[in-house]
Amino acid sequence: MNSKKNILAAPYAVWSAVFIVIPLCMILYYGLTDKTGAFTLENIAAIASVGHARALWRSILLSVISTIICFLLAYPLAMILAEKKGRAGGFIILLFILPMWMNFLLRTLAWQTLLEKTGVINGILSFFGLPSLRIINTSYAIVLGMVYNFLPFMVLPLYNALSKIDENVINAAKDLGANKIQTFFHVILPLSVPGIISGITMVFVPALTTFVISTLLGGSKVLLIGNVIEQEFTQASNWHLGSGLSIVLMIFIIINMIVTALFEKAEN
Amino acid sequence: MNKMWAFFLITIAILSTCGCGTGENNDNVVIVYNWGEYIDPDMLEQFEEETGIRVIYDEFETNETMYPKVEAGAAEYDVICPSDYMISKMIQNDLLMELDFDHIPNAKSNIGTQYWQQSEGFDPGNKYSVPYCWGTVGILYNRTMVDEPVTSWAQLWDEKYRDEILMQDSVRDAFMVAEKLYGYSMNTLDAQELLTVKNALIEQKPLVQAYVIDQVRDKMIGNEAAIGVIYSGEAIYTQYENSNLEYVIPAEGTNVWIDSWVILKNAPHQENAEKFIDFMCRGDVALKNFEYITYSTPNDAAKSLIEDEEIKNSPIAFPDLSQYDNLETYTYLGEEGDTLYNELWKEIKSY
Repeated sequence: MNSKKNILAAPYAVWSAVFIVIPLCMILYYGLTDKTGAFTLENIAAIASVGHARALWRSILLSVISTIICFLLAYPLAMILAEKKGRAGGFIILLFILPMWMNFLLRTLAWQTLLEKTGVINGILSFFGLPSLRIINTSYAIVLGMVYNFLPFMVLPLYNALSKIDENVINAAKDLGANKIQTFFHVILPLSVPGIISGITMVFVPALTTFVISTLLGGSKVLLIGNVIEQEFTQASNWHLGSGLSIVLMIFIIINMIVTALFEKAEN
Repeated sequence: MNKMWAFFLITIAILSTCGCGTGENNDNVVIVYNWGEYIDPDMLEQFEEETGIRVIYDEFETNETMYPKVEAGAAEYDVICPSDYMISKMIQNDLLMELDFDHIPNAKSNIGTQYWQQSEGFDPGNKYSVPYCWGTVGILYNRTMVDEPVTSWAQLWDEKYRDEILMQDSVRDAFMVAEKLYGYSMNTLDAQELLTVKNALIEQKPLVQAYVIDQVRDKMIGNEAAIGVIYSGEAIYTQYENSNLEYVIPAEGTNVWIDSWVILKNAPHQENAEKFIDFMCRGDVALKNFEYITYSTPNDAAKSLIEDEEIKNSPIAFPDLSQYDNLETYTYLGEEGDTLYNELWKEIKSY
């Protein structure tokens, strides 16, 4: 039985070796060596330099804000979806997934056209004599882009968790005299924690590492740590520094995972 | 470095097993790596028809993004079209092949002498490169939004153009603007001068709408910004599309650049690459390219074929460089210089 399972896992083992383990080893190797191949921690310590630290701080700030906004938007929606089982719920979910059929880059570019100074939204606003919207090329536009692109990753796990909650548990709470608010905080919210955790991770991690959204909607004025790493590889051709900073970023992602895991444990 | 090679070999092995299915004749091709929108696509077709050599065409956006790909050997290329300072870097790092001009007869007969002389600055002895396009960097502004004559880089620091300014999102071009503003050399490595330049660019940042490369063109045509830094060749195109746009070379001087064809030392199809460059140097071909991309051609044969007098005497396409002071060409800053510029640029961008 066991050996059969092992054989079935072989394709994935090969896949993860070639596309996950080897690249990861290469990042560690490059990140911990200098141009001559000697061991160094300089590439990791480089995070402390003014430019890098600022970019990292801004990335963390923007991705935390985006994750919070995503959560606040997604939770009520997921609750409505979970209640509306059947056709109506399926339709709303379809509406949600529909934009994901289009390429991520195209959707972000579309936001650029919408938000531009002479863009669609400002065209409509000025038609009605309203003041124009000036958020393109600022951090606000980047947060907007992050929320827009990553919201489905928050909604779907929450929806999964919420729809799995047994109706009888909620009814029992009501029978025992809990009002709606008490039921929510003492029953529904704790039971949806696994969904919250995976939702947060699935939004926070891509938001922290993105460089496309900040380039397209930030006009290259707002430099995130993802942009710094991308530029080290594609422009400065300093793979060592790029890898070193990637390692730092990975550490932050691991910290995020540990914190959320501890939180989950505490809830249980 | 070995690990890197191992990884590339694996990738190449995987890719080549996938790629062979096309059934094309792999020998008779030339792999070209050029700037985006920097050639008339009909000319590639014509080259294929005339010579029977298939062109595999790839594009890059800046010299800086091109170089790591070529250096790492991540992709195979034959002919590339880098700019002056990058050619000098590639020569120093032994990436380029010495050209055999007997196989590229059109180059010596059609390219003007002054451009060969100018090339000496980055390619001493004219051994490695054949000029393809040249031009200046200047300010493009919209006459309906700017109601004063634009003459100086300092106007890009003017508070009244807040959120209307477009800067180039490439290290050398962004630094050049500030360096010329203060009268420094655009190749300076002086710490004090670079500090001043850095602070100037940081001071300018709140006024800048966006740092862009090719998008300067579309944004200026679409009235999205009032004033921007642009390459002369792009300026002519934008004027076709939006007649309110005006191009000036600021009084403090600017960068005069040349983009030239080079062949890589390890190019798999060197003969075809020579044929390709020779074809591009033909007067009629260079003319078609000039008409399509509107970047100034160093090809005298092509220039004499231009019928439109207005274009032929255009101060943007063919400026009389002798009337400008302080014109300079970028030189390769060396590895340390490159790193220094990159560090400063990151500080500016993250500010």
